[in-house]
Amino acid sequence: MRSHRRRRRARIRPYTFTGGRTRSRHPLMVQTLVSRADERVEPPRNLMPESERIYRLCAQVRSVAEISAELKLPLGVTQVLISDLADQGLVYIHPTITGHSPSENQVLERALRGLERLFQ
Amino acid sequence: MASNVSSNKRPSVASTKIVIAGGFGVGKTTLVGSVSEIPPVTTEAVMTEASVAHDDVSATPDKVTTTVAMDFGRLTLDDELIMYMFGTPGQARFWFMWDDLVRGAIGAVVVVDARRLADCFDAIDYFEKKQDIPYLIAVNKFDGKLDYTLEQIREAVEVGPEVPIVEFDARDRLESGNVLKTLLRYTLSRARERQREAD
Repeated sequence: MRSHRRRRRARIRPYTFTGGRTRSRHPLMVQTLVSRADERVEPPRNLMPESERIYRLCAQVRSVAEISAELKLPLGVTQVLISDLADQGLVYIHPTITGHSPSENQVLERALRGLERLFQ
Repeated sequence: MASNVSSNKRPSVASTKIVIAGGFGVGKTTLVGSVSEIPPVTTEAVMTEASVAHDDVSATPDKVTTTVAMDFGRLTLDDELIMYMFGTPGQARFWFMWDDLVRGAIGAVVVVDARRLADCFDAIDYFEKKQDIPYLIAVNKFDGKLDYTLEQIREAVEVGPEVPIVEFDARDRLESGNVLKTLLRYTLSRARERQREAD
């Protein structure tokens, strides 16, 4: 019923999906996790096929790199499409810990404790 | 930042990243594979970068698109924290595209083959210039022993006394995990130092 995946998809050059944009408005790094804002919601009808595939994958929490690898989409394209989904309130962008702010020191400590648990 | 959707139902899982760098064939993928909870994903990532550093592509002034092999693995550190390990493309000609992979990393491991020390110079130069990403040198002892002491290696690769140097066997899970622990301790000590300076 919602199988409106179009044949011509394979012929579209990747950046056509993004309207030529190569920068996302959200701080999306390769390790940034994304998940559906509401897991029960079916994707809106007007989503592009690539965006719909991303949305479906995000039923589970996944990183930008994992989504890009799984859908064989260029990283930059994946970032822009995820950014658009976030703008529409469809996906949630999880916090990314970069260690650049002192407020993240506690998370770094948790990371170390996690490693010590795994590799003792 | 983040999203306009705030959900209380979902545990707020956060992620972080370390980068595994070094020359071609020094054991980066082996290291990732030894510690990762998933088989390392090797993907052909198409990277797009501004070509400011490249003068030989003047015909396309804005962007360069190149396909590079990117390896990554994953570790769930606790219920709310996932760490990714990204292996960088080994070839020096891909250096200008590293920034995308390296941005936001809490630390980096430069894997070194003691028999081919020069292969790691590019990686060390990169992180020396970056300044903001703590890195350590991990010497992969391929056949179980090293012909040089770690201090000799430190002198040869010309890194300061603050940069940790450890030896390990990239095929060994615990030894590879130990490299990650050493990196995290170093990252934490640097972060605390910065905090003290700011106070």
